[in-house]
Amino acid sequence: MAQMMEMRVAWGDTLLELTKTHPRIMVLDGDVGSSTMAQTVAYNAPDFYMNMGIAEQNMMGVAAGMATVGLIPWLSSFACFLAHRDLDQLRVTVAQPKLNVKLAGHFSGILAGKTGKTHIDVQDIAILRSLPNMIVVAPADGVECMQATRLLTDTRGPAYLRITRDASPVIFGEDYTFVLGKVVLLREGKDLTIFGTGVQSVRALEAAQLLASEGVSAHVVHVHTLKPIDVQGVVAAAKKTGRVLTTEEHNIFGGLGGAIAEVLGQHCPVPMKIHGLQDCFLESGPNDALLEKYGLTAKHVASAAMDLLRASPVAARKPPPKKKPQAKVRTSAQKKQAVRKKTAQPKRKGRR
Amino acid sequence: MPIDPALKRDLMTKAVQVRKFVLHAIHKAGAGHIGGPLSMVEIALAMYFKLLRIDPKNPNWPDRDRYILSKGHSSITLYIILALKGYFPLEEVFTFDAINSRLQGHPDMLKTPGIDMASGSLGTGSSPALGMALAARRLGKDFHTWLHLGDGEIQEGQVWEMAFIADHYKVDNLTAIVDYNKVQQFGFPRDGNLKKRFNPMIQVPEKWRAFGWNVIECDGHDFDSLIPACEEAKATKGRPTCIVAHTIKGKGVSFMEHDFMWHARVPTQEELDRAIPELDAALANIVR
Repeated sequence: MAQMMEMRVAWGDTLLELTKTHPRIMVLDGDVGSSTMAQTVAYNAPDFYMNMGIAEQNMMGVAAGMATVGLIPWLSSFACFLAHRDLDQLRVTVAQPKLNVKLAGHFSGILAGKTGKTHIDVQDIAILRSLPNMIVVAPADGVECMQATRLLTDTRGPAYLRITRDASPVIFGEDYTFVLGKVVLLREGKDLTIFGTGVQSVRALEAAQLLASEGVSAHVVHVHTLKPIDVQGVVAAAKKTGRVLTTEEHNIFGGLGGAIAEVLGQHCPVPMKIHGLQDCFLESGPNDALLEKYGLTAKHVASAAMDLLRASPVAARKPPPKKKPQAKVRTSAQKKQAVRKKTAQPKRKGRR
Repeated sequence: MPIDPALKRDLMTKAVQVRKFVLHAIHKAGAGHIGGPLSMVEIALAMYFKLLRIDPKNPNWPDRDRYILSKGHSSITLYIILALKGYFPLEEVFTFDAINSRLQGHPDMLKTPGIDMASGSLGTGSSPALGMALAARRLGKDFHTWLHLGDGEIQEGQVWEMAFIADHYKVDNLTAIVDYNKVQQFGFPRDGNLKKRFNPMIQVPEKWRAFGWNVIECDGHDFDSLIPACEEAKATKGRPTCIVAHTIKGKGVSFMEHDFMWHARVPTQEELDRAIPELDAALANIVR
């Protein structure tokens, strides 16, 4: 079994490490430090931590003010608060003035362990992606989360890091290098491309294994940076197979599927399917039960891939035949049929 | 203690000039606010011409004092005062609200030199002021942060979130000034009389005191009252201070004063012709 790691632990440990090299870091906590692991900084580097209480709107504004004076604030809160409750403060005092504020959106997606409808956040990507100047990153595992935390700290401007609560499989090794704004190839394939984001990319990989046993070769690409999206990388991965499935632990509207559709619709239209949460709010329950009920397991991803393959068979995606007619040997019956078809067609007027 | 009489005369003269510019600029722009910009004139003048440690030639000087106009819709007064202070040419105030202007309807810190914080959505300027004060403490800087709030604006919950946290951290390098003009945009009708409105927030000093703040009340149009209050606030250690400055919405033009209808109305030429002589008369009355 793969090694498991909690992203929140990775985030807290990385911030503590960064306080040694980055004297201007300040972790602002919406009184959830024991959940987000901001406590790692609070206990070990108290000068770099301030509890801002249960008052997220104020916390966002305090971060903005601190950034104007040169600090690098990292906000510790839940995605459901950072992307929703203080959205106006984020828009007016952080995103519009392009201030150097980092948002750690913990408990994002559905793996929030029984917290239910309010705390499960499956709209955050859509909301944050729509804000000009924002960088939006959803790491696939703890290793990538560590690297993203470091890189975003050193990248000027407002950024959102989407963090899953519970432990998830580690897919990246120590040799992995996180490059902001570039997609990551997880598996080579030729029949369809599966784009995933966040921890759902791990399930996309698992789905590819299931598909392989059915004789389907899936090309799996992880999109950690949802904004700015890697247009070139997405187009290249789509061209490779001519069919695209996106999968995400997020609403099907405005998230990864939306981002990929925006790119491909304009630069490389191919048959596409968007897999994710079907525009619904969620409920309390164990993670596995939620994944099963809301259709986000690897099995569901594989099934969505098969649906896409059935809906767009290979012939449909082949380029249209060249104009030059090819000599064909036809039987007399075929010739008669061809004549009938021709006469049955209505006359075309003026339109090509 | 009264301030230096020469300074007072100078500030009073500037106050009338600023008010005239406000009326002309809003008239020319055909949009904007009037009542709030007229009530805040003395407070902002006291800041820029007496209290703030600033350098107009170096608007981003890291050690400058910060001033945040959280009631961002009153921006025209701030722009005029920044221009008088030399941040940009005075003629530029007539580009207010125009396309491609550096002077936006609500303050934009990326466009206008001298603006310390973006604002416009009410209440949102309050927490950045606290953030600046906390950052100064953390970085060992001695600048002071001034937060200018409207009295309608303090209906926003964010202001009280800020007040609670500022008290918790005993932030004394931050002063809030409530421009207490007692009129908001539309208000709550009073006594069945549609022209009369309830005060947007009652017991303002008591509320700030309940949040742990030191409170000083003053006359927001009298420099002899306002400036000593600000100096006392800055000198107060161990907790944040809120100055409740009693002001008049639409101050300086008789037919605009206290009237909620003048929150954001553009004066016609005829109204301008009646208002300007009133201000000129006030100018003549300033004892030389």
